[in-house]
Amino acid sequence: MGKRLKVAVWKFASCDGCQLSLLDLEDHLLALADHLDIAYFLEASSAVTPGPYDLSLVEGSITTPADAKRIKRVRQLSKLVVAIGACATAGGIQALRNFADIKEYIPVVYAHPEYIKTLDQSTPIAQHIKVDLELPGCPINKYQLLEAVKALLHGRRPRPASESVCTTCKRQGIICVLVAEGVPCLGPVTETGCGALCPAYHRGCYGCFGPKENPNTSALAACFRRLGVAEADIIRLFRTFNAGAEAFRQESLAHEKNH
Amino acid sequence: MSSPLLLSGATAILPAAAFHDLFALLRQEGFQPVGPTIRNGHLVLDCLDGPDGLPRGWTTEAEAGRFRLQHRQDTAYWGFNLGQESWKKFLFPARLPVVTAAKHHGAISYAPAANHVPPYAFIGVRACELAAIWIQDRILLSGPVIDPHYAACRQAALIVAVNCTEADDACFCASLGTGPAATAGFDLALTELCGEGGHFFLVQAGSERGERLLAHLPQQPVQEGQWQQAQTLVAAAARSQTRSLATDGLPGLLYDRTEHPQWDDVAARCLSCGNCALVCPTCFCFSMAEETDLENVTASRWRLWDVCHNLDHSYIHGGWLRPSSKARYRQWLTHKLGAWLDQFGCLGCTGCGRCLVWCPAAIDLTAELQALRKFPPKE
Repeated sequence: MGKRLKVAVWKFASCDGCQLSLLDLEDHLLALADHLDIAYFLEASSAVTPGPYDLSLVEGSITTPADAKRIKRVRQLSKLVVAIGACATAGGIQALRNFADIKEYIPVVYAHPEYIKTLDQSTPIAQHIKVDLELPGCPINKYQLLEAVKALLHGRRPRPASESVCTTCKRQGIICVLVAEGVPCLGPVTETGCGALCPAYHRGCYGCFGPKENPNTSALAACFRRLGVAEADIIRLFRTFNAGAEAFRQESLAHEKNH
Repeated sequence: MSSPLLLSGATAILPAAAFHDLFALLRQEGFQPVGPTIRNGHLVLDCLDGPDGLPRGWTTEAEAGRFRLQHRQDTAYWGFNLGQESWKKFLFPARLPVVTAAKHHGAISYAPAANHVPPYAFIGVRACELAAIWIQDRILLSGPVIDPHYAACRQAALIVAVNCTEADDACFCASLGTGPAATAGFDLALTELCGEGGHFFLVQAGSERGERLLAHLPQQPVQEGQWQQAQTLVAAAARSQTRSLATDGLPGLLYDRTEHPQWDDVAARCLSCGNCALVCPTCFCFSMAEETDLENVTASRWRLWDVCHNLDHSYIHGGWLRPSSKARYRQWLTHKLGAWLDQFGCLGCTGCGRCLVWCPAAIDLTAELQALRKFPPKE
């Protein structure tokens, strides 16, 4: 048995789905147990070992003043911080608040707004602390997580995956839903990682893994317009789980002006 | 190669009802027939049990950025043109294991991947695709390094070509002299005659193996009218093509225009998604991906389709050669229609039109080349 990593798994504003990806690595869990000491992982165990930690996996976005403080503490306790999932890397679906005025809707939603202490923006972890690696996705791909752990264990760089979802579709023989069915699909501007799950079932890509490197969102929006997609729907396409990712945010704002 | 006229040679008429016999014969000879079929509502290339698996009675509508399957009025077997997938899927697979390595007591051993290659019978290879296979043969079989998987698959494969009797809006093989009739590189070539005079295939043998197969089929002699009908249909498929690619001045034209403003224009529309190169039947770029186990004692290496539209494709020590979409599209087009000539003695384009059909942004390389031919306005 070689090197062991003392690991902490943290939750911020999120649905827990990305943390679960770690437990979903069923076939690899026993082997992982030989290499990882799970020191802090409340989703899996209430037993907690105090820091410092070799590796912190951080799920969720920062949406409250308390969390903005807590994430700083996580950084202090951790040698390496890996942000996992769309919430941690782009603010998540809750970043829809970034396009609204929270003072307007808090009184509508909550009976006692005075109890609500929240920030007006949902922001990714890297906006608050230095992040060593980001794994995108809603949820993350558990095999990308495993690859990251392997790379950290053995001191190499994780394999990059800077490609469009289209690359995955074509390699897997999935016929293009945008071209062959006229379905609006974010695949050409989205980072691959999901295995092209939605196009395989005749659905357009929802952009769960966020903008790929060099995303030409305005050219894709022009394709959507040719398909007859209304401006309001183009805004919705870019405003889902990665609404706060800069390229998607800018594109949705551009259509707000036209809408 | 520019004539759309059909070859002479061993020819016969195969009644459409005897099409099953061809499949049975191929199976008997040990081949696995593969060809166009409809899966989940899409036109793909896959294993065929017999002619019933073909998209009979279907046709394709393909134009820049748009593709649709439609029902035909008749029951033609081959009344459609190309889909997204090409025979590259079999000859140069998207994901191929290459080698595994294992560390044992400090020593590393390597084992090349054993890739089983079935003897395929490619059914329905169009003339532009024969041209693409001819191009990939030059690159992967005749270069300084031979691709062993390609060589094994190619050697085992039998090719049944189909002459096009209709063209899609995206086709421009006639301008490149690569179609619509198959002139070489096949074992058998079929021209489908489906009309009032009956339903037949005009069959030509293009190899000794093809002649032998043909002799085993329930054939009839070719009537003068049938030969004429086939010629007329194929010639009409050539004439009906509205797109063309003029090759004069290549490759120098592209080398001289690396700073043409058209590159900025196309970069504004290009998604850098890589679809054009992924669906291209001649593009052969790949990357290598390694996977290790948790213990770091075994590793496997895979070859994956890669494209020059990906940033990492141009990564060399210290950085990326092509950070912008403009540089990547320019690389792709200049290689395809320019440097390919210097490198392999042929164009990297066969006029199949897949790159423009499967481009979500409807970028048409024939239009881009045309625009590049015009000199930029003087400042």
